[in-house]
Formats: sequence, C-alpha cells, structure tokens
Amino acid sequence: MQETELIPHLFRTEFRKITAVLCKLFGIENVNIAEDIASETFLSALEIWPYKGIPENPAAWLYAVAKNKAKNLITRDQVFHNKIAPLIISSLPAGQEMEIDLSAKNIADSQLQMLFAVCHPSIPAEAQIGMALRILCGFGIDEIANAFLTNKETINKRLFRAKEKLRSGMVAIEFPPEHEINNRLQSVLTTLYLLFNEGYYSESQDTVLRNDLCLEAMRLTYMLVDNAQTNQPDVNALLALMCFQSSRFEARKDENGEMVLYQDQDESLWNQELITKGAYYLHKASHGNSLSKYHIEASIAYWYTIKKDTHEKWENILHLFNQLLAIEYSPIAALNRTYALSKARGNEVAIEAAEKLNLTTNHFYFTLLGELYKDIDKEKAKENLLKALDISKTQADKHTIQNKLDQL
Amino acid sequence: MEEYALIMRHEDGTKIASPEQMQIWMKQTMDWIGGIAAQNKFVSGTGLLFDDARVVKANKVVTNGPFGDIKETIGGLIIVKADSVDEAVEFAKGCPVLQGEGNTMEVRKIAKRDGVH
Repeated sequence: MQETELIPHLFRTEFRKITAVLCKLFGIENVNIAEDIASETFLSALEIWPYKGIPENPAAWLYAVAKNKAKNLITRDQVFHNKIAPLIISSLPAGQEMEIDLSAKNIADSQLQMLFAVCHPSIPAEAQIGMALRILCGFGIDEIANAFLTNKETINKRLFRAKEKLRSGMVAIEFPPEHEINNRLQSVLTTLYLLFNEGYYSESQDTVLRNDLCLEAMRLTYMLVDNAQTNQPDVNALLALMCFQSSRFEARKDENGEMVLYQDQDESLWNQELITKGAYYLHKASHGNSLSKYHIEASIAYWYTIKKDTHEKWENILHLFNQLLAIEYSPIAALNRTYALSKARGNEVAIEAAEKLNLTTNHFYFTLLGELYKDIDKEKAKENLLKALDISKTQADKHTIQNKLDQL
Repeated sequence: MEEYALIMRHEDGTKIASPEQMQIWMKQTMDWIGGIAAQNKFVSGTGLLFDDARVVKANKVVTNGPFGDIKETIGGLIIVKADSVDEAVEFAKGCPVLQGEGNTMEVRKIAKRDGVH
C-alpha cells in the first residue's frame, strides 16, 4: 500500500511546518495546541485516505484540513475564544479576516524563528535537542527516546519541562534583534552540532533513524545559511563539517550493520557530492576574522576526506587539533590529537604524550594505546586492549576491540 | 589546582630569525601547547611580537624595541593549570624556546585576587 510509506514521510516534512506556523500564530505558550492540531490533521488523513484515495496534492490537503481545524478551535473552544483569539484578532488590521499563512515563505520564517525560540539559552541543551526533534523535525516520542537510548517517559518529562520554561520565560517566536543575533546564534549552532553528533555517534542500533538525525541537523543548518541575517562564517563552517562527516555514511557500516573503522572503509563509497559541498561551504566560511571551533573541526574533517596517508595530511591534522584543544578541551579531541601525533611523529612520541592524558576511564584511551603499542610491544598492546575490553560498554565497541585483540 | 604563567625569556632580543626559522618555531610551539591542552591544562597564551616594540623609561623617554642596553627580552607567555609548581616546571621544560642557547623559562604562580594572595 502506497500510503503506508507516504504518510510517515509526509508526517516528517509537513508536521513540523504546520506546527511551526500555528505555534507562531498562537504563541509559544500554546505549543501543545499547535502540535495537537498537526497530529489531528494526520489522524484525519489516516482515516480518510485509505477509503477515498490519496489526494492529488497531499500537502495542500493537509494544510487545508489544518487550517479548518485551527479556525474551528478559535471559534468553538471557550478558552481559546476568550483568551487567545482576541489577541490574534487584535493584531490584525481592521476588517481583515484571520489568515493562516501556510505559504513557503511563512513556513521557512516560522521554522527559523521557532529554531531560535527552542534554542533559547534558558532551556537545558538536552531539552533543546529533544524540542528541536519534536517540533522542528517532526520526530515521534518513540524515535527521540530511541535516539537518546532512553524511554518515552524520560523524553516526555524533558519536553514537558522545556515547554514550561518556554511558557514561563515567555520566549517570543521571533527573530532575535540584530545586536543579539550573534549571541543567540551560538546556542543554536551548539544545539545543531549536538543534534548532528547524536546521529553520527549515537549508540542506537537504528541506522535509518541515526542518518535522519544527521540529515535533519543539516537541513536546519542549511535554513540558517539560506537566510541573509544568519548566513555567518561559523554557520557555513558547521555546515561544511556536517557535509564532510556525512559523506562517509555509506562506508561506516557493513552489510551486517557493523561499524567499519575509518582506515578499513571502502573509499569508493564516500559521497563525493557531499565532499564537494563541504568544500564549497568551507570556502564560504573563510571570510571575516573569526576562527570558530567549527572552522577547525571542518578543516580536520576535510583532511579526513583524503584517504591517502601523507606527511602533509597528518602534520596539518595535528596542527588543527593543537588549535582546537587550545580553544576547547574534549577527551575525544585529546585522543584524536594523539593519534595524529603518532602519524606525524611516530608511535614512541605519541605513547609518551598519551600517558599524560589521564583518561583512564575511557575505553578509547586504552584502545589507542593498544594500537600505538601494536608494533612496538605486543604484550603491552594486549594488556591495554584487555583493559579497553573490560571497561567498554556497548556490544559494538566490545566487538571492535575483540577484533583488534584477535589480530595481534 | 593553581594557575601558573610560563614566561619565555630570550637571552638576546637583537637576533633576528629567518621566516623559515620562525615557521619551525611556531609549529613547535603549537605542538608544545597542544600537548598541554590535550591534558586539559592549558588556560591561555599570548605571543609577543617584536614589530613596533617600544620601551618606556622612567624619565618618559621612549626607545625602539627591547634592544640596546637591555638585551634580555620576553618572547611570550602561556598560562597553564597545574597541581604543583613541579608540574608547571615539567610543562616549561617542553618549550621550544629552551633550544636557544641562554634562553630561559620563568615559572610564576598567578595571584588569585582572593585577598590573600
């Protein structure tokens, strides 16, 4: 049946549009009402389409139904009629009937403004990501719970608290004023960066879902690039980073769904179109005089798109990790820098640096040491890999480490 | 955890390095800083340029650069976090400035502005 595939797809793309536009119209405090109308609209589709057939323009059909449901609510619902509707109506020029604007432009504007509202600094980062997934990406609660490896209740609570915050803080769905844009943009970028990483590094088994998370993060970042006010160098740098990273989607998993390590990947599976796009946005990012961590990470990701090991490649990667760490420390960057050091200066130098890292609760740390000792001291390599095996948690990680042990 | 300034002191500020030499030093310095930052012990760094350098004396006389009568000069400084002065000294030992004959590293604890120090 065709609609079994069509409806989930439409749900993803249209739910968020309808929600964003209605939410903009009703105010953030009524985000639940906006979501309910969008959900009911899809329920109607599920009830009607199987009998009457799929309409010629399904999206237009959904918009028409959503508009009617919204208008009915405004006239019939008591609370809405008495409290919210007057505010909406009073904001209209005299004599004009309320119009629910589902034009492409208003959808894009509403979504961008919602993005700023959802990423308001008063909301905790985790909740921002959850809200973005629900309202801006149209993900179901089940899917969000799966992506975060947690249960529905936790996600529901998280979303509930975030919505309370939005309500109590009376965050307006609007573009931040010009002098605030850069500041507010930073927290939007952080959320999009985390959203992408959630998909790219998530331990969830659902590959399709993980790819979707990355694609959604890219779509939202693209919206920022597409708008003159938010088309800033660091936004382009973030988009470049996402393009380079996602170019390896196909190569990262084998036919059994197992993780394929970078050095073992079939580079013919790397998506050249995305690599070219990444280079384009990285070029666009190199204006102005700010160097963000996204610039540095995108530059590192660029070098990773060149499979061939050259001295120049690893010298550059090492230099970039040095810069990145000086801006912002993270254990994963520290480990990656040490790997680059081994490639650029040899394993002995890298082992000496690794031993100072103090990351002894991190299984990647011991995996790296195992790798560095592999050709120098097999006993030490084994010792470290066994430690890594002991403290690693997921099946996928244990499997990768076991493979390395077997190869020793 | 205390913060320490690691101050790079050049014995002779009049020596002018070639651009190639400067490039190598820059790279070595970045490696050194990267190594400290990878341990989450790097706070900040400030390089000091010789271009447009001036010395203001007690009688308000201004001279060009830290050259001439005072030879020794400061090349730059970084601030690190360390559990003890010994740890800070270990960081200082890795600074490429020490490859130059007569150059020194000065390690100084940063005052905390807590009314005591």
